[in-house]
Amino acid sequence: MAEKMALAKAINESLRRALDADPKVVVMGEDVGKLGGVFRVTDGLQKDFGESRVIDTPLAESGIVGTAIGLALRGYRPVVEIQFDGFVFPAYDQIVTQLAKMHARALGKVKMPVVVRIPYGGGIGAVEHHSESPEALFAHVAGLKIVSPSNASDAYWMMQQAVQSDDPVIFFEPKRRYWDKGEVDTEAIPGPLHKARVVREGTDLTLAAYGPMVKLCQEVADAAAEEGRSLEVLDLRSVSPIDFDAVQASVEKTRRLVVVHEAPVFFGSGAEIAARITERCFYHLEAPVLRVGGYHAPYPPARLEESYLPDLDRVLDAVDRSLAY
Amino acid sequence: MTVESTAARTPRRSAGNKAGTTGTKRTTSTTRKAAGAGKSAEPALVQLLTPEGKRVKNAEFDKYVADVTAEDLRGLYRDMVLTRRFDAEATALQRQGELGLWASLLGQEAAQIGSGRALRDDDYVFPTYREHGVAWCRGVDPTNLLGMFRGVNNGGWDPNGNNFHLYTIVIGSQTLHATGYAMGITKDGADSAVIAYFGDGASSQGDVAEAFTFSAVYNAPVVFFCQNNQWAISEPTEKQSRVPLYQRAQGYGFPGVRVDGNDVLANLAVTKWALERARAGEGPTLVEAFTYRMGAHTTSDDPTRYRTDDERLAWEAKDPILRLRRHLEAAHHADEGFFAELETESEALGKRVREAVRAMPDPDHFAIFENVYADGHALVDEERAQFAAYQDSFADEDGGK
Repeated sequence: MAEKMALAKAINESLRRALDADPKVVVMGEDVGKLGGVFRVTDGLQKDFGESRVIDTPLAESGIVGTAIGLALRGYRPVVEIQFDGFVFPAYDQIVTQLAKMHARALGKVKMPVVVRIPYGGGIGAVEHHSESPEALFAHVAGLKIVSPSNASDAYWMMQQAVQSDDPVIFFEPKRRYWDKGEVDTEAIPGPLHKARVVREGTDLTLAAYGPMVKLCQEVADAAAEEGRSLEVLDLRSVSPIDFDAVQASVEKTRRLVVVHEAPVFFGSGAEIAARITERCFYHLEAPVLRVGGYHAPYPPARLEESYLPDLDRVLDAVDRSLAY
Repeated sequence: MTVESTAARTPRRSAGNKAGTTGTKRTTSTTRKAAGAGKSAEPALVQLLTPEGKRVKNAEFDKYVADVTAEDLRGLYRDMVLTRRFDAEATALQRQGELGLWASLLGQEAAQIGSGRALRDDDYVFPTYREHGVAWCRGVDPTNLLGMFRGVNNGGWDPNGNNFHLYTIVIGSQTLHATGYAMGITKDGADSAVIAYFGDGASSQGDVAEAFTFSAVYNAPVVFFCQNNQWAISEPTEKQSRVPLYQRAQGYGFPGVRVDGNDVLANLAVTKWALERARAGEGPTLVEAFTYRMGAHTTSDDPTRYRTDDERLAWEAKDPILRLRRHLEAAHHADEGFFAELETESEALGKRVREAVRAMPDPDHFAIFENVYADGHALVDEERAQFAAYQDSFADEDGGK
């Protein structure tokens, strides 16, 4: 049954379905209960599933993830919310040192089906620590899986799959797209969680992005089309693992690649993609892989964020530079 | 797992101790008052056996060991002796190069055996990396503990096999796992309890503070068992706290008690009390076992750089094994035959551990890529294949191609 809904609502519906389907699923975080989360992603869930399944926690991120690990050891499937991207670092130790490594430490004898939801990225005019994109800091850690949906349908289905995953999944939610509406077919059969998707076919250059930047790249492709250039847009959907086969297939066709993310370019996921695609597609490439992203500076105050974030012109500029080779 | 580790197991349910009969009304202040008079600086601690082995009465805690028989006492003694023997063997194996590192529990046997024997089978233990005595009580084969210290794995035993979680090396992290696990027990409507071990150094960690907060807020059935062995590597407890550690509990709204960590009977009693509180829905308890790390922090440490022999000698006089032996002998609970037989059993355990460690094979190289993920990961598959191809390239050379 297809229905048009906002991305935030799609996650809400997906969590509702997960809570309904499996009594072991619990939702926990700061303000997720009565308030329904600061973005209302968990709106109404506590009312319907009770305080023992939708849990308002103390304001302690390490405690949230640490107790979620304990609940997972007891057989639960916690979905925890970190209120904002920049608040995840008190939990970074538990995520990196414990959550990511527990399965290997136990030689496979325990599983860590924990989802860590993080609203991330800028563009909403927020104060410091509310606009960051820390995905590369997690992608560097073996044992974690990292995904980021770009639209409502993916948000719904990728959350379903993340909850069902026996591995810990860091689920980066593009907060500036929370209110974007899209069709969600709750009876569809979703594709694999970690596969990329071509959202627009093209022949001259590939734009690869995930989360909030996919929509931008589609707009870039529209603008480029007006100038007679055919850009392919690839929604990576997953940052760990990255579907390099899909990127490779696209680049072998277009011979040019620009990777776009909000996170700083330096040591960002674009660097990894550039290195691997250069290795895989060396003789296909007509230009070096270019990256568009944030600068090596703290995320700036809101009045400067338009200059910091990739936008239509900055991506088009990179497209021009690539095509100029 | 081991056949040795069966004596003195506590019954699944302590007879007659149902909800409401525990010391629920006791507070940290009554604990202090109970034996506080006479000594000035150091707060009182719960003690049932003096260092000389004399059984002293305790109005609050005697009832938790009222059913302990002479055979049980011999069992506790045996547990401590065998644990110490195993520990000594592991230290020796490190010196011989068979282990990369060992963290000795020497001196902490009473705290670990007393608390470990207070547990029911369905309770769950979250240890640090030094709870070899608790592992023994849970029936974890001691040789399993040595894999990580030899460097063949990072733990590897099945935590659910004995309800004994993997050793946690990062200080204090496991207290949150214990709290979450305990929250799960509450959700399940079970009456099991969780015990989280940590040390005086860990008491400074934010995770321990958060574990106290979460367990208090959710009234989680967890016992925080702090072995204050006086030293966090080179830092004395004064570098961690201005107040006795058990008093930390007060600010979180649950009771804390200090117990003589070298008195196995007192540790058994106090832990049983705390576990019964947990089972009765009365939430967390902090137990501070006041003890001493007789050896180095690990085999890599040199305690002569930061502490004196005098201090060590003073604690030696309070040795946990010696005091129970004195008690057993004075009460005629054990004869020479018992001690001689135990000596033989100890040596056999040492030999078995030694042989098992030496026979422990190095893991296959491909183990690097195993169990990174439960559901697999494309990059791990790719790198495993690259690694295999690289290894195969040497095989080709060997083949004379």
